[in-house]
Amino acid sequence: MNPFLFWFFAFLMLVFGAAVIINRNPIASALSLVICFMGLSALFMSLDAFFIGIIQVLVYAGAVMVLFLFIIMLLDLRAENLRKINYVAVAGGAAVAVVFFIQICFVVGQLNAAKQPFPALTSAKTDDVHNIGLLLFTNYNLPFQIIGVLVLVATIGVVVLSKRELK
Amino acid sequence: MDYAFIFSSLIKIAALLAVVLGIMNYAVYAERRISALIQDRLGPNRVGPAGLFQPIADAAKFLLKEDFTPAHVNTFYYWLAPCLAMIPAITTLAVVPFGSSLFGVPMVIADINVGVLFVFAIASLGVYGIVIAGWSSNSKYPFLGGVRSSSQMISYELSLGLAVIPVFLLVGQLRLTEVVRYQIENGWLIAPFVGDWGNLQKWLLAIPMMISFVVFTIAIFAETNRLPFDLPEAETELVGGYHTEYGSMKFGLFFLGEYVAMITGSAIIVTLFLGGWHFPGVPDGSHGWGWGLLNIFIFFSKIAGLLFVFIWVRWTLPRFRYDQLMRLGWVFFFEIALVNIFIAAIIIAYLPSK
Repeated sequence: MNPFLFWFFAFLMLVFGAAVIINRNPIASALSLVICFMGLSALFMSLDAFFIGIIQVLVYAGAVMVLFLFIIMLLDLRAENLRKINYVAVAGGAAVAVVFFIQICFVVGQLNAAKQPFPALTSAKTDDVHNIGLLLFTNYNLPFQIIGVLVLVATIGVVVLSKRELK
Repeated sequence: MDYAFIFSSLIKIAALLAVVLGIMNYAVYAERRISALIQDRLGPNRVGPAGLFQPIADAAKFLLKEDFTPAHVNTFYYWLAPCLAMIPAITTLAVVPFGSSLFGVPMVIADINVGVLFVFAIASLGVYGIVIAGWSSNSKYPFLGGVRSSSQMISYELSLGLAVIPVFLLVGQLRLTEVVRYQIENGWLIAPFVGDWGNLQKWLLAIPMMISFVVFTIAIFAETNRLPFDLPEAETELVGGYHTEYGSMKFGLFFLGEYVAMITGSAIIVTLFLGGWHFPGVPDGSHGWGWGLLNIFIFFSKIAGLLFVFIWVRWTLPRFRYDQLMRLGWVFFFEIALVNIFIAAIIIAYLPSK
């Protein structure tokens, strides 16, 4: 893949990821997160993982974030916009982030595996959709089924909770 | 990079965009003429022969009107929303095979292996335009329109996604060109009488495909906010819905975005269920460029036919109530599509493999 595209989308993700927390307006934060997801999806696709990349957009950007936006729009936003910025807290948060970043750089720099270039990925002969389907229904069938039951339980739980409030 | 590939892709993009935008303009004209026909009127017939230049006059009017931004709106998002309404609808066309091949170049812009998921992913981004328009207008009726639209589109996306699963169970591929190839070899999915019509298996398989087709088409109506599901812009309740505060070309983008969404929706329906660019007896583009052009013409003719159905339905059926719309989506179509997957899976599992 063209390295320029990698840098472009990585930069896009970082900028809009930062925008998610910097923006005071919750709607702007949510939309920044959507763009962040699009960048992530592009990075997945650059690794030939088309399926995961598309699912990223379909599920997160297309469904989850729309619901988020839906809820945020129903809230009163002015309270958030009017709140004073606590500069001490901002400085503290930034300091922690910087220290954490330096630590990660340090640890990764020490790692032996990080000192040599990674071997190039061998491109898959078959479709990635087929590969994922095969793995899910052979090797990982039991976890897949368990997750299905878990999601079903969560769905029923939501229905029960929302019905209770109606009384 | 391969320069021939880039060059041919650019030409395809430009040509497809020109054709689709042309169809879009004349879809508006067709809508006005057909609605007039249905209501026993004449419709626009003054500009040019039979009113054929009416779209040009409309476009000029949109562009020349004063571009007015109300004082109480959230300006940045107010400007962003019309663009967001238009772009996803056009982007979706990138993966749709609109012809066989012309001079050896396949007539699809990006033949990716997750074709139909790409369509759903990009189409699901279309809701942002409407939601942001409703919110940034900072006014009650647009806001209600935006809220209605987002819940409606999320609800019908489920039926939309579930309805196509039988098709891919049968074809075994998500790639849209493969779906078309399968239909060329085995007949159109919902038309078992095309090709060898004596084959009983095809008639059996056509049952779940027919159910899929009906659910999918109705869900597309809901996704494009067309009547009988145009609750987001119901003019009797919400003035104009999400675009109440918009004027001139910004309104034009919403208005035309709806037509582009109709065209892309029809293109997907044609590709999945109606054989794409294939017509019995017409060879593909490898037999000469004339046939290649004819394939493209067939594809767009099928789209035009579906657009007529869209318009016909709009001027025939009354609007649903909002709770009816939600019940229809969640209680009927969702369940029908789910059961339909089982029916299709059982039929495919017990059929003798070819």
